[in-house]
Amino acid sequence: MALALGQVLGRVGNLNRFIQVCEGENVALLEVKNLHVEVEDKKILNGLTLTIEKGQVAAIMGPNGSGKSTLAYVLAGKDNYKVTEGDVLLDGESILGMAPDERAAKGVFLAFQYPVEVPGVATMTFLRTALNAQRKARGESEFSTPDFMKRVRDTSAHLGIDAEMLRRAVNVGFSGGEKKRNEILQMAVLEPRLAVLDETDSGLDIDALKIVSEGVNRLRSPERSMIVITHYQRLLNYIVPDVVHVMAKGKVVKTGGKELAIELEKSGYAQFADEAA
Amino acid sequence: MNAEVRAIKTAAEQGLAAAYKAARDTLPGKVVALRDEAFNRFDARGLPHRRVEEWKYTDLRALMREAKPLAGPAGARHKTEVSSILTGVELDTLAIVNGRYEPAWSDFTSNDPGITFSELFAYLAENPDYKLGQLPGSDDTALSLNTAFLSGGVALRIKGNVAKPIHIAHVFTGDAAAAMYPRVVVIVEPGAQVTLVESFTGPEGLDYQVNSALELTIGDKAKVDHVKIGCDGAAALRVSTLGVTVGAKAEYKDFAFTLGGAVVRNQTFVRFGGEGTQASIDGASLLKSRQHVDNTLVITHAAGGCVSRERFKSVLDGESHGIFQGKIIVDQHAQKTDAKMMTRALLLSDEAEADNKPELEIFADDVQCGHGATAGALDRGLKFYLMSRGIPDKEAEALLVEAFIDEVLEEIAHEGVRRALMFAALKWLGSR
Repeated sequence: MALALGQVLGRVGNLNRFIQVCEGENVALLEVKNLHVEVEDKKILNGLTLTIEKGQVAAIMGPNGSGKSTLAYVLAGKDNYKVTEGDVLLDGESILGMAPDERAAKGVFLAFQYPVEVPGVATMTFLRTALNAQRKARGESEFSTPDFMKRVRDTSAHLGIDAEMLRRAVNVGFSGGEKKRNEILQMAVLEPRLAVLDETDSGLDIDALKIVSEGVNRLRSPERSMIVITHYQRLLNYIVPDVVHVMAKGKVVKTGGKELAIELEKSGYAQFADEAA
Repeated sequence: MNAEVRAIKTAAEQGLAAAYKAARDTLPGKVVALRDEAFNRFDARGLPHRRVEEWKYTDLRALMREAKPLAGPAGARHKTEVSSILTGVELDTLAIVNGRYEPAWSDFTSNDPGITFSELFAYLAENPDYKLGQLPGSDDTALSLNTAFLSGGVALRIKGNVAKPIHIAHVFTGDAAAAMYPRVVVIVEPGAQVTLVESFTGPEGLDYQVNSALELTIGDKAKVDHVKIGCDGAAALRVSTLGVTVGAKAEYKDFAFTLGGAVVRNQTFVRFGGEGTQASIDGASLLKSRQHVDNTLVITHAAGGCVSRERFKSVLDGESHGIFQGKIIVDQHAQKTDAKMMTRALLLSDEAEADNKPELEIFADDVQCGHGATAGALDRGLKFYLMSRGIPDKEAEALLVEAFIDEVLEEIAHEGVRRALMFAALKWLGSR
């Protein structure tokens, strides 16, 4: 009986959403509701609530240990993160029970703070395998080789990634900047609907930061939302957010416009130390 | 000498003794003195067991439950039974079926004047100077059994540059399990070049037994690639001994690839007898269910200035057991030896087991020697990275395992053989 009731409620939820869409309201792509997360019995997220609109670029700022990267990993589906309460909805559908690859096929993409080296797997092979796996999961046809090559070449040229890098194993022997550019290349090829950029600016010099930011800005679209996680306001000079959320102690403690980032740069995060407690 | 008390002979040991007594006078070739000597050596020791250090992880006394009857001659040719893994690779095939050279099963079209071959016993009769069994590892008990029951084989002599690989296909065929004891002799003349591929195949359901040996003599400045492919049926027991003597300034590459068999022991004994030789002795095993595969090496640097690299990788799924034992011996006069050994096991299940035992015995004082061994599961961080890009669980694992195993398969020089084995590895991964 409980199950049937849940199904009915689910339908009503979808119905409400259907009405929202019909009425042309701003539609949330992602809704994080009262999310509590533990890692190895340590509470990291404490009732985080966050809504990302379709096409919105949201910056998430906050001090070390505020739970920003945990949020990124939980959205992508990393396995040792235990959700004890709350939910994460993408298009009104909970994604918490989905494996990382299923979430990716639904359009979730995480640009890693520390991209992993994958020895023995050429970047080109990796990109093609990932793209075709996602397309297959969505019931779309696989990309033909020429179409795929064109898509990769166009994007990699903008990002200053040469053919030699594409032949090499994913991230193996890449510099910090090359690894971050490779993340953006993957994002461009995979065309996610929700991109989470976890400290994409860390370890980048100013030239690399510009290249990466331009790469991200080219991908801004009404169909694509982004969560840009950063410590510093600097990145937000290049990727200008629609909204800024401040996280402290595992929840969002303040939300404002892009000017909030500038304010934070001056005042620091100390003021939020008490608010979250 | 250690006085060993051996009270009871196992059923297999008794069976082997009875089989030898019954067959001794009818076994082929004029090598009965050699057979007797070898059988007596075996009989004094019994089957190797876990208290014999070289056989520590492969206790044949326990693993070999019974002695199968000696395999009879093969019937009509079944083309499909000659190593399908190499389909599409251009090879000259010599088939050794149920332990005997079978021209009718062979596909040897080359008329390269650099190759001469004959049936093993014919060769021995024509070349009384060639002393069978004078190879590194000659004292081994399993090899003694091969000598005692020797059923046939081929002898090959290579001169000049032989371009097309020579394939020695060991096939077991029949309706009931039996045992075969083939031996192959290959002599590569100084300066000659050849790629030798050995394969082992047999029916899936039969617990047949193979005890094979290859005697390989590599002349000075010769270049030899040897690839051994184990695709035995899932219930088979196979022990293969490889004894190699390498001359000076030679290039020798060896690769042992193992997919099949219930119990497999590849034992390789190499002796570098001349200076300035370069060698790589590598292997890859992909195992599942309850397979037990043991790669054991004894590499002796008896001359100075030789470079040897040993790299073995295994992928272990199910309750499989992968063993690597590698011993590098550097003789007192083998100065400037450069020997490095590495073994890696990738465990795909909690029930799989890897045993890695690298050893160095160095008697010279100016050498570079080293070894490394690792065993572990797939990196979870790597797998998450792949999955976060949309690659499903099994596919992500397959991609990572493929990368792991390809790194060592890359060492196979012959492109066609290398590709065939990479494809076989992919197929194995696809069937997980």
